[in-house]
Amino acid sequence: MSQLKDLLSNLSPAKLGEAIQKSQIYRSVFRVGVPVSDRKRMLVMLGNVFLHLHPVKVRKSGIRLRFTWCMGGITFFLFLVLTFTGLLLMFYYRPTIEYAYVDIIDLREQVPLGIMREIHRWGAHAMVISVWLHMFRVFMTGSYKPPREFNWGVGVILLVLTLLLSFTGYLLPWDQLAMWAITVGSNMARATPFAGYEGPGANLLTLGENIPLISSTSDARFALLGGTRVGEMALLRFYVLHCVGLPLVAGFLMAVHFWRIRRDGGISGPL
Amino acid sequence: METIKDIINTLTAPEILITLAAILLFVSARYRHLFYTNKVALILFPAMFVFMAISMFDEDFYLIVTKPDNVPIVGMLFLIPFFTWLSMREAVRNDKRTEEGAPLIEKEETADKVLTWPDLVYTELIAIVLLTVLLVGWSILIPAPLEESANPAATPNPSKAPWYFLGLQEMLVYFDPWLAGVVFPGLIIVGLMAIPYIDTNPKGNGYYTFKERSWEIMTFLFGFLILWVLLVILGTFLRGPNWNFFGPYEYWDTHKLEALVNVDLSDYFWVRLLGMGRPDNILVRESVGFLVVLGYFLVPPMLLAKTIFKRFYENLGPARYHIMVFLLLCMASLPIKMVLRWLFNLKYIIGIPEYFFNI
Ligand code: HEM
Ligand code: HEM
Repeated sequence: MSQLKDLLSNLSPAKLGEAIQKSQIYRSVFRVGVPVSDRKRMLVMLGNVFLHLHPVKVRKSGIRLRFTWCMGGITFFLFLVLTFTGLLLMFYYRPTIEYAYVDIIDLREQVPLGIMREIHRWGAHAMVISVWLHMFRVFMTGSYKPPREFNWGVGVILLVLTLLLSFTGYLLPWDQLAMWAITVGSNMARATPFAGYEGPGANLLTLGENIPLISSTSDARFALLGGTRVGEMALLRFYVLHCVGLPLVAGFLMAVHFWRIRRDGGISGPL
Repeated sequence: METIKDIINTLTAPEILITLAAILLFVSARYRHLFYTNKVALILFPAMFVFMAISMFDEDFYLIVTKPDNVPIVGMLFLIPFFTWLSMREAVRNDKRTEEGAPLIEKEETADKVLTWPDLVYTELIAIVLLTVLLVGWSILIPAPLEESANPAATPNPSKAPWYFLGLQEMLVYFDPWLAGVVFPGLIIVGLMAIPYIDTNPKGNGYYTFKERSWEIMTFLFGFLILWVLLVILGTFLRGPNWNFFGPYEYWDTHKLEALVNVDLSDYFWVRLLGMGRPDNILVRESVGFLVVLGYFLVPPMLLAKTIFKRFYENLGPARYHIMVFLLLCMASLPIKMVLRWLFNLKYIIGIPEYFFNI
């Protein structure tokens, strides 16, 4: 009886917290414990796989809001949000002409509190804007100058990938908006010089006398759409690129981008 | 009220809007000490906001601005000017310090290193939370758009590309698809990647400044703000059915007709200047155009190297210099073609539709 009383009187939140922090489970997960001392604050940055993206110490000028505008980090966070919500959408969505549109309607009408599509769509728009602003910031601080020339180049490719991700995703709802936006966009490909059937030089390339080498079924646009117009094959192609191909490449390049930030001496600043 | 709306509708016509924006950019940079200050921001941004709010009472304005997919572009309408202002304000402050011999704002703090935990990690956490709240709120308030099921037989009018490509679609007014849709996007990517290798100015690395790299900054701002962002905004809000121009308070009338009066350079030369028919031989017919285009890419590099770009030529060496001037000429070709169109209704400088080769 008195033992139980003892136990109960000891049950304050602080004590409980202490007990949890001493438990083997807690210590196996968070090896450093609560970062209360500077030493532990450094150790936590080194020991945590996510936090070790960052160095242990950073220049004070670099963490100012007015310096980076946080735009690189915001872009990255939006990418993570998009990956997560995109995964959830994949549970419901089938990339065929028969189902695509119906699945989107179901998503709206059947899924309770469903805002995954909204988050994904608005997040994608926001990410395009934030990459532009990030590039703008990097230019205005002259941060592409040596030794960061290469990382600027990686960034430009990331910008292109972001636009392509957004473009391929735009088709997937398979409504009028989607189909015609992609039609307008992909029509450009048929004007590719020497590779699109309405591009300059296309009718100079012939097999033998007058069989055209580049026709509407063998040009750049056909390769992009898997057909002569935005149809079933285009939907499948865009789906695979959007959900697998492009995110993999973008994720890979982001790893390179972040690694290079560190290798190039951390966030830029006056010498 | 109606007169004000009419005036604004007139002022937003592409030729006037783009010209005014370019003038604003250069004047504000010239008088940056006066323009990029807190006081101006405190007047400018609330004024923009009030302007938007009042305009919402106009039916046509309301319709186009509240289209779900256009909401982020409305956001951009504020974000881009804001960050332009912010970076220029920092640049002006830093330049003033340099003049007075004081250390740069960033420099004062570079020596201090702070612990990433908590200083950076907590900021990031707050940023993540705020952004999540914003995104969730936005998503609850505005449902994602969904129109009728895709129908290849029913072409909507206007047919627009996704909004971030509308700058390219706007270029189609002035250039054919092979240039506006393929060559220029390619050159933009290559050109952006080339920047660090062309710009060998060692100053302004890692801090805001205008004075030490005014030429680079003005070139970039012109390309990014005018030829990129402004064209996107123009393409989103001010282009309606048949890609005709519609002012912000104008009803999108599908039957609005704009007379097509554009004339090729070959017409100007053979028919109007020499008073004869256009020659049948394509190469003869277009010889003037070829000369103009070749001249455009060959003469300025040499002239500039001897005159205002002399310093560049000496610092960069021939290879970098010629790549730089080539890219700049490509970039300048868009505003040049715009002006030629606005003033002379010029359609093609070289026009060989037989081979889809129109410039
Ligand atoms: C509040 C705004 C933010 C500020 C002020 C900020 C600042 C910084 C700074 C200074 C760096 C460079 C650190 C270095 O010298 O290596 C950096 C990099 C990075 N940030 Fe942020 N950031 C912000 C938001 C975010 C967000 C929301 C995320 C994503 C979840 C994020 C993820 C990253 C990543 C992955 C890197 C690259 C790795 C590194 O170099 O440390 N940041 N950020
Ligand atoms: C998906 C796209 C991108 C992501 C997730 C990303 C992420 C980041 C992050 C987190 C940083 C750390 C500092 C900061 O937040 O500003 C950074 C720095 C940097 N980024 Fe990006 N970035 C992207 C695209 C770009 C683009 C489009 C460019 C340029 C064209 C670029 C060039 C750079 C450079 C040069 C730095 C180093 C800046 C410095 O040290 O001051 N990145 N990036």
